[in-house]
Amino acid sequence: MLHLILFLFFGTLCVAGAVNLLAHTHPINSALSLIVVMASLAGEYLLLGAEFVAAIQVIVYAGAIMVLFIFVIMLLNAGAEEHSGGSRIAILLGIPGAVIGFVLVAWTVLFHANTVSVPIGAEHGGPTEIARLLFGPFLLPFEITSVLILIAIMGAVVLASKPEAIAKRQPHPVSSETHELAGAGKGR
Amino acid sequence: MTPNKYLWLIPMFPLAGAAINGFFGRHSSRKAITAVALTLCGASFVLALIIAAGFSSASAPYYFDLAHWLRSGDFHADFSFYLDQLSLVMMLVVTGVGFLIHIYSVGYMWEDDGYYRFMSYLNLFMFFMLTLVLAKNYLMMFIGWEGVGLASYLLIGFWFTKDSAASAGKKAFIVNRIGDFGFLIALFLLIKHFGTLDYPALFAKIQPLSPETAGVGLLTSIGILLMVGAAGKSAQIPLYVWLPDAMEGPTPVSALIHAATMVTAGVYMVARSHVIFERAPSAMTVVAIIGTLTALFAATIGIAQTDIKKVLAYSTVSQLGYMFMACGVGAFSAGIFHLMTHAFFKGLLFLAAGSVIHGIGGEQDMRKMGGLRTYMPWTFATMGIATLAIAGIPPLAGFWSKDEILARAFDENWVYWLIGLITAFITSFYMFRLMYMTFGGDYRGGSAAHDVTHQSADAHAMHDKHATDDTAHGGHGDHSHGEPHESPWVMLGPLVILALLSLFGGFVGIGDRFEHFLDPVFRAPVEPGLVASSREAASKTIEYTLMCISVTVAGFGWFLAWLLYSSKPQLPARIAERMGNLYKAVANKYYVDELYAVLFVNPLIDGSATVLWHGIDQGVIDATVNGSADAARRVSDEVRHMQSGNLRSYAGWVAAGGALVVAYMVWMGIR
Amino acid sequence: MVPLSYYLVLSGILFGCGVLGFLIKRNIITIFMSIELMLNGVNLSFVAFAAQWHALSGQIFVFFVMVVAAAEAAVGLAIIIAVYRTRETLNVDQVNLLKL
Repeated sequence: MLHLILFLFFGTLCVAGAVNLLAHTHPINSALSLIVVMASLAGEYLLLGAEFVAAIQVIVYAGAIMVLFIFVIMLLNAGAEEHSGGSRIAILLGIPGAVIGFVLVAWTVLFHANTVSVPIGAEHGGPTEIARLLFGPFLLPFEITSVLILIAIMGAVVLASKPEAIAKRQPHPVSSETHELAGAGKGR
Repeated sequence: MTPNKYLWLIPMFPLAGAAINGFFGRHSSRKAITAVALTLCGASFVLALIIAAGFSSASAPYYFDLAHWLRSGDFHADFSFYLDQLSLVMMLVVTGVGFLIHIYSVGYMWEDDGYYRFMSYLNLFMFFMLTLVLAKNYLMMFIGWEGVGLASYLLIGFWFTKDSAASAGKKAFIVNRIGDFGFLIALFLLIKHFGTLDYPALFAKIQPLSPETAGVGLLTSIGILLMVGAAGKSAQIPLYVWLPDAMEGPTPVSALIHAATMVTAGVYMVARSHVIFERAPSAMTVVAIIGTLTALFAATIGIAQTDIKKVLAYSTVSQLGYMFMACGVGAFSAGIFHLMTHAFFKGLLFLAAGSVIHGIGGEQDMRKMGGLRTYMPWTFATMGIATLAIAGIPPLAGFWSKDEILARAFDENWVYWLIGLITAFITSFYMFRLMYMTFGGDYRGGSAAHDVTHQSADAHAMHDKHATDDTAHGGHGDHSHGEPHESPWVMLGPLVILALLSLFGGFVGIGDRFEHFLDPVFRAPVEPGLVASSREAASKTIEYTLMCISVTVAGFGWFLAWLLYSSKPQLPARIAERMGNLYKAVANKYYVDELYAVLFVNPLIDGSATVLWHGIDQGVIDATVNGSADAARRVSDEVRHMQSGNLRSYAGWVAAGGALVVAYMVWMGIR
Repeated sequence: MVPLSYYLVLSGILFGCGVLGFLIKRNIITIFMSIELMLNGVNLSFVAFAAQWHALSGQIFVFFVMVVAAAEAAVGLAIIIAVYRTRETLNVDQVNLLKL
């Protein structure tokens, strides 16, 4: 009973946050709604016994990724969306597609899947158990993800930096003309 | 049947000559080309003579199997050669006359740019003609048949840059093909019912069959279809229309192909198929009627022609009619005899006409000739001999052969004889008319000296003559002679030889020697009811009476020609005026070409243009191809709007597709 | 004792909202956030199945999904910044130079 109430509580928070994300036009509102969604999802994870995942969710997702999003929103000074021409196809095809897809999945899951009821904290995923798997069978993917993050860092730095900043870091000498051009391009 | 391993060389020598001259002649010297062509053709002739010398009726027929060709179930057809008395006669005529005409062509075509092509084509023609006469089965004969049609097309349209020559070549080939269609169906019937086309095997199978006297049976159909083929090749009614047009080709071509050899292929084929015809009396009647009518019809057209070569062309059609008349009444050996003598005197007539044309610088209209006997005595003499021969004046060759035919025709049905007699009269008339207009009187073709200043009326006439030169005489070369002159000896030599043959060649027929020679071919064991190819016991007095009548008639024709064209030259114009429309009809060849154009040619062309070209080719095929390309373009035009550059529309498509996949998976899972 | 299907339906709702956000929104950053929402929905279903089948590898997979999402967010936002520099707009409808 408690399980159900807690599930519904966190679930409602999730859905409300998601709907709020859709409802607002200013991205900062959407970002904050997304943080609410993530926090409630962490609660759901705890109900399922995934302690480590819940902690990671709050620290990484809500704490790092969403902060990154908010940084970018503030950096680019994004304002509320204006209504633009848009695409009819997206509305005509996409929304029915999404709705139909969801209905089908829900219907299948509810009536045709052999799922069982799970108690609170069904699968205990504490750090010990997670670590045993990560450094055991899943060692290779674990190490590869560290490489992946390194690449992502480098890519983000290169992509987001200004063009003349890259030119400055070139090892070979750059002529003064290129400097001027780059400088002229600064203001676009 | 004895084998003879040299038979295949006779056609092969000219083939080698054609190949060498065809591939290498373009950059060779004229002497080299001439050497190749004449040597190989002459080799063929010499070999033919050797084989003829060694020919013995006891070991005839000779044969030679060169290679396998078709084997299909029980049906065989091989590359085999065959020599019996009939093919021996044909072979000697073809190689002999052919060789003489090769020599003549050296002189006639020397200045032409396409000299190597001409000699190559002539050799090619010899190859195909020899294949035709030396074939052992109908399929080999058909190779030769089609091949001589091809050579004829190439040679008629030799000056192919001239529209009329190219069209004449096409016309000849196409009309030939119509006849070939009949020939082919006859071959198919033979294959279907007798399973073979080999002469000995096939005729052995047909031999025991009884003649079809009631209605139209298998053999009658085959016979009539063979006659259709022969009518196409040998220019009989209704497929003769190509032969007068074929005069566009150089004169040696007219002499060789359209007088001496190719057009006689039809007669040879009918004679070779005599076994079939003897058992199909209705078919033989058809042959006789076609031959007789053609003889008369063509002769009447010949009396109103003004082009010297056209007169000879219609004369050829008429004489071929005589040969078919002979075959039609069962006198096959008489027909072959006339074929041989005709090759001599008609070949001579054409070559002499070529000599005349060459001597006066390209003019072919007889109204512009005249008085040439003083300028060209040798041509005049030889052509005179040929005219006497064709008119049937004894003791020249034409008399013996034509009289043989008339006598046998009289035996069969006096109507044939009467029409043949009238035709002989007309023949004599128009031939002597030709002689008088060309050689008699005074020269009407412009001044003797070539006047460059264009001042006098004579020079004006000369200017006209040179204008007609280019149109009438094609690429023969602008001679600008001014005065008619005799031809060189390379051209006169063959004329003389053929004249001697026309004088003395008929004597082989005296006392039925020629017929007895051909008896082993034509006289099969006679069965009752068969149309006998043997002589009936006509009494000698009737024969001599008929002979005298025909000589008298020929003489009367000569007299009439002398009257109208020598002593009273103003009469023909007045007579023509009086005859009015009838004369116009005859002068315009009875408008047969126009009739064919209206009945067949124009509907075919129009039908082709509207139905086949616009309707099917453009409307269906082009529309399909273009339409499918068009459809692809239109579809892609619509589809390209999918790539709008808009992120959200892409997302929309992905969502829709994702929903489809999910639906599919659910459905598969539920099932 | 909550039936697992409820968790899965919740996951589906989150995913559906993410798709709808992707389709409806015009701001590129908001679209990116919808993608993150979709990923979260999927994470939930992974954890739910891990709970049903007592297979901890479901949670390990969530771990990896999060890592990849982080990397992707970083790079994606860098790209957005670069695009903003050239086109001076965050409206995704106006970045359509690739149309035919």
